[in-house]
Amino acid sequence: MFVPIIGSFYMSLNDWTLMGESTFVGLANFIDLFTDGVFWQAFANTGYYVAGTVPTTMGLGLLIAIGLNRQLPGRTFLRAIYFVPVCISLVAVGLISLWIFNDSYGVLNNLLTTVELPAVPWLSSATWAMPSLIIVTIWIRLGFNMVVYLAALQAIPTELIQAAKVDGASSWQRFRYITWPLLAPTSFLLVILNVIFSLHVFDLILVMTNGGPGFSTTVLVQYIYREAFQSGEMGSASAVGVVLYLLLMAFTLTYWRLSRQSTNAV
Amino acid sequence: MVVEVQPPTAERTDRRRGAKQRTRLPRGADLVIWLALVCGAGIMAFPLYWMFATAVRPAGELFTGEFDLIPSALAWSNFSEAWGKLPWGTFYQNSVIIAVIGTCLTVFINLLAGYAFAKYSFKGRDVIFILMISTLMVPIQVILVPTFMVVSEMGLVNSIWGVILPRGAEAFGIFLVRQYLVSMPNELMESARLDGASEFRIFWSIVLPLCKPVIAVLTIFTFMWRWNDFVLPLVTMQDQSSFTVPLGLNFAKGLYYTDWTGAMAMTLLSIIPMLIVFVIFQRSFVQGIASSGMK
Repeated sequence: MFVPIIGSFYMSLNDWTLMGESTFVGLANFIDLFTDGVFWQAFANTGYYVAGTVPTTMGLGLLIAIGLNRQLPGRTFLRAIYFVPVCISLVAVGLISLWIFNDSYGVLNNLLTTVELPAVPWLSSATWAMPSLIIVTIWIRLGFNMVVYLAALQAIPTELIQAAKVDGASSWQRFRYITWPLLAPTSFLLVILNVIFSLHVFDLILVMTNGGPGFSTTVLVQYIYREAFQSGEMGSASAVGVVLYLLLMAFTLTYWRLSRQSTNAV
Repeated sequence: MVVEVQPPTAERTDRRRGAKQRTRLPRGADLVIWLALVCGAGIMAFPLYWMFATAVRPAGELFTGEFDLIPSALAWSNFSEAWGKLPWGTFYQNSVIIAVIGTCLTVFINLLAGYAFAKYSFKGRDVIFILMISTLMVPIQVILVPTFMVVSEMGLVNSIWGVILPRGAEAFGIFLVRQYLVSMPNELMESARLDGASEFRIFWSIVLPLCKPVIAVLTIFTFMWRWNDFVLPLVTMQDQSSFTVPLGLNFAKGLYYTDWTGAMAMTLLSIIPMLIVFVIFQRSFVQGIASSGMK
């Protein structure tokens, strides 16, 4: 299982083409990378996508989980509806979204014009393409976050909540001082998982925009794919892979340390 | 930090209580929350409804400029027309073979490896285990290039094994099995060993039957991943005759260009197997996700 990872580190130091020989070029691939404007744009797009998807899916997921944690009719059915997108292939989701976000015949623009709002050029404009992808991602990932939060909420002993109620804590206080701190390990894990998922995103973007219009939705993994399988530059593709891997590691370690500090402080 | 794969008894009693209350509608704050949740569920379900509504609509209705949420007639012929445009039969056959063989192989390897990590002590076990868990962090695209090189050097491009073998051992699955087995009493294995059972015999007749709940979760998840897998087949399956269903869908995107009824019909067909699996095994699904989040 590690061979590909080590191989990827090694290849990033070589000048490989898909079928050709390899020569050792040291850090030249990385220097090329850092002077390539598209790489930086992919980098920024990845940040945009992560910032747009992680807090929203987690926040909405928590809200719905809290709602579904109550005794409500049809709770199991509702939970299933929220969860269903998780098990659908991203290619299928991409196709459905392409049709829904279609500029002239898509249902979304039809609804907008019906209520007398201007139609939005969802996927054909550089400004709206990324928000469209973010909306679709929220749809896909909401159920996952909801289920994980729901499991954590059900593990909280009801005595704690009851005791606070007896002491006269308002529902906001009960959430803020009992539920939220108890959810901290879950939230921590979800942040990491969601960031990993967001950095992984590929299928959806390939089907919906293929990185366009222009390079407005090209994210880092898209850039890897382009370099490796369209330009045949295996070496420089591996270099992006290494950058991505180091980023993820750095993020996890920093975040882990920060969250440990904050729990120690409390 | 423990993954538990056990029937959630607390929830079951909850449900029974819920069933009693089902007859009366919630009141006050609960009613507002309930209505909000129902609306949210409506929004969540709408894209799937729209896919269905488009798939069965007479094709001419799409581009009239008129806009209707409910199709005026049901045109089931959309399905057979779209089916004929590409060798979908081959795609489904490839997908089913890959999903079935891949799932059996992966589940078996994960069980063996998880059992070894849980019950055998060997040099460097913990280091190897932690290293293996850390591979969960690596996006597949990072190792895509080296994986492809290995696959092509083994001559497995366009072969189902080029998709199945690289995914043979899954860190998530090994982790799940290991956590499940770690609490199993050692005496079970030791008494069998005294009776002269071989190591594999112990695994096969003692450990496996105890693993049923975790096998269910593993099977469902692995099947879903294999069925929906896209990136690896995209680079290794280059001939149309070796395409899987997701690859076919991606290819169809260009082919059906404005034929949205056909595209939606094929999309609908492709997700039906997963929907059936989901409806039947919903409980294990949710439990698996929840427990993976608890680790």
